[in-house]
Amino acid sequence: MEIVRSGGGEPDRSDFRASQLRARDMLRGDLEGKDLGEYVEQRVLTTTVEQALNWARSNSLFPLTFGLACCAIEFMSIVASRVDVSRFGFEALRASPRQADLIVLSGRVSIKMAPIIRRIYDQMLEPKWAISMGACCSSMGVFNNYAIVPADKFMPIDVHVPGCPPRPEALMHGVLRLRDMIQDKEEEGWRDRYGARGTEEVAPPPDDPAVDALRRASQHSEATKRA
Amino acid sequence: MPDAPGLELLAQDLRRSDAEAVVDTVYFRDRATLVVNPARVRSVLAALRDKGFRSLMSVHGVDYWPEEPRLGVHYELLDMREVDRITVKARVPTDAPALPSVTPDWPTADFHEREVYDLFGVVFEGHPDLRRILMPEDYEGHPQRRDFPVGGEPVHFTYNEYETPRYWE
Amino acid sequence: MTDTTDLDIVDRVPAVGAEDTEELLTINMGPHHPATHGVLRVMVTLDGEVVKDAKPVMGYLHTGIEKTAEDKSYWKVIPVVERMDYLAYYFNALAFIGAVETLLDLDVPPRAQYLRVIHLELNRIMSHLVWIGTAMLDLGAISMFWYGFRERETILDLFEYSSGQRMHTRYFQVGGVIEDIPTGWAAKVKKFCQEMPRRADQYAAILEKNEILLRRLRDTGVVSEARMLELGVTGPLLRAAGNPWDLRKAQPYSSYDHFDFKIPIGTVGDNYDRFRVRHAELYESVKIIEQALDGLPEGPYITEDRKIALPPRHELATSMEALIHHFKLVTEGFRVPPGEIYYPIEGPRGELGCFVRSDGSSKPARVHMRDPSFTNLQMFPDMVRDGYIADFIAAIAMLDPIVGGIDR
Repeated sequence: MEIVRSGGGEPDRSDFRASQLRARDMLRGDLEGKDLGEYVEQRVLTTTVEQALNWARSNSLFPLTFGLACCAIEFMSIVASRVDVSRFGFEALRASPRQADLIVLSGRVSIKMAPIIRRIYDQMLEPKWAISMGACCSSMGVFNNYAIVPADKFMPIDVHVPGCPPRPEALMHGVLRLRDMIQDKEEEGWRDRYGARGTEEVAPPPDDPAVDALRRASQHSEATKRA
Repeated sequence: MPDAPGLELLAQDLRRSDAEAVVDTVYFRDRATLVVNPARVRSVLAALRDKGFRSLMSVHGVDYWPEEPRLGVHYELLDMREVDRITVKARVPTDAPALPSVTPDWPTADFHEREVYDLFGVVFEGHPDLRRILMPEDYEGHPQRRDFPVGGEPVHFTYNEYETPRYWE
Repeated sequence: MTDTTDLDIVDRVPAVGAEDTEELLTINMGPHHPATHGVLRVMVTLDGEVVKDAKPVMGYLHTGIEKTAEDKSYWKVIPVVERMDYLAYYFNALAFIGAVETLLDLDVPPRAQYLRVIHLELNRIMSHLVWIGTAMLDLGAISMFWYGFRERETILDLFEYSSGQRMHTRYFQVGGVIEDIPTGWAAKVKKFCQEMPRRADQYAAILEKNEILLRRLRDTGVVSEARMLELGVTGPLLRAAGNPWDLRKAQPYSSYDHFDFKIPIGTVGDNYDRFRVRHAELYESVKIIEQALDGLPEGPYITEDRKIALPPRHELATSMEALIHHFKLVTEGFRVPPGEIYYPIEGPRGELGCFVRSDGSSKPARVHMRDPSFTNLQMFPDMVRDGYIADFIAAIAMLDPIVGGIDR
């Protein structure tokens, strides 16, 4: 009587054997040209360096422990356990501006405090982002008077989060929007938006075509705006 | 609070020792106020301290514009033993806004008088360290006066975003 | 040295060292610092590690609240004034509203008074929870931050349930409260009141007999009660020194005299007593809330006087007067007879008073808040003199300054 085994049986190892041989060739340096390209595409996640950097930066923002007024309490509750900023990787709040890359202006900025905030922002290292949390620093908020400055007046802001005070979920939404912004933008976006080319700490080479193009573009857009 | 006759007796007592100290008494909504001559503030407060009002809770300023004398300074006194409060009011004109400081007798008045100086411009003679406390050191003007404008910035909306100058321009 | 008769340098060196003021280092503990609660700047004069003097510099959060309040009708001042001491927003609102109600000679219905008391005591618990979280964060017991904020989230849920907002709720209005509590709110508050003492026991278990806390807080930052009274300090700081001054018992407002609660006081007046007093106040506030919930009277939640409070919406369809009142209140606001009132209440940090001057129009002529943190800060140099920097940090933590109140 003949026993027939069906189903299962020997797995088809031909693909595996072929990839083993290719890997052996790769290690020996024998793969060339089209074979090498195919091998790389199957094995390695390709990306540009910029995208990889932006992905890393956006997922590990170090916020600065900077609280001004009532919004600071809601900022503290974002670090607390109900709305947990640690889910996204932002729980490493740094006290020194040299070590932080996200400043969250939480609260009303008075005229005495504005130059100090500007100094702190200047002390932060590139790339850096700023979130203006709450109504008081985004626009004037509840207090439109002699003593308050909107944050847009003295420093560039990337995300404005409205609310008085914004719920921690709203601030979280703002931070996540910032994360998406960082991932999409290819360079430090605020310089283009605010026409701040030339303020880099490391000056670009004088004949950099990208800088020239941008300068011409921003001049053109300024001219069209004023027209 | 000292009730209305109690307030009058108190005022009489103070007038007995110093004739021109108490200018007026006000009894409103069960609260007693003594309006005093600005030069006599320290002696009136010392006399009230002897009567038992040993805590100075607050010193704040009021701008009575357009009534003259324009600037008023209120001293809120508290008697913890009898649970009594009384207010002492002194009014000074803007062209001579000087009052003797009560800080040597009541150390709590230190910050309060600095705040009144900062926001109203009332100069307290004898204050150990009279300088601006809430506004920047080089600020000009006294914000809380009624003729100081409230100020403010135009809020950036999309319709006026390009008309208002930004900080880098 | 030419004078050879006097070779006793050893005797003179200590005198030289003590008088040499060039050894003192003045450091600026700037407005941006992880340990200052908000933007408080302190100029510290140090001799090595010992603090010789500390001068607080404030004004970095000055918002001109009092100036803005002169510009708005009485109803609209309430949200502006609430944002002053941003952890005690119901207290700020009540101080202002109490002053206006006194000027108007208005009676607040008992249900509104009890609801106010419940919200005030919940706010006091919340303020003390944030204090315990951030103070222990400064001292290094970082997990207390998460525990304190966990309870705080429950309380903010209650506030959101009753008024729609977590912070700065605008729930108190002149004449009562803006809305009656929804169904189920009382049950939730009761559940919270059963839970809170157990949580406070947990905090005590972690902190009370903790060796590090005892070493850092015991006998540090001592200021005598006489000096505190001279400086006008009130609140838990004064009660930690043994003086049982509490405006809820001494000058009861908003039917606090209907409730039976104790005032925790300390003995020595050091930082440890301040910590214990605030912790004990958590239990007392829970007791007040339970009593208020049990005895909550029925009735209107805001005054019936239509010239002050908005009429209910169903009346607008039928009554012409209600429509006119509504219109006048919304456009111009109610007018207050001229007068000046100072209305003090007991906030979580001390005596919070509001001075309102009205000149007969619908906008106040002067609003001044006497903030407890502003006055308590004057005691700060006395607390830290001749202590170490570590005690300096503990002193700021135990002083519980709220810079929004200091700077207004």
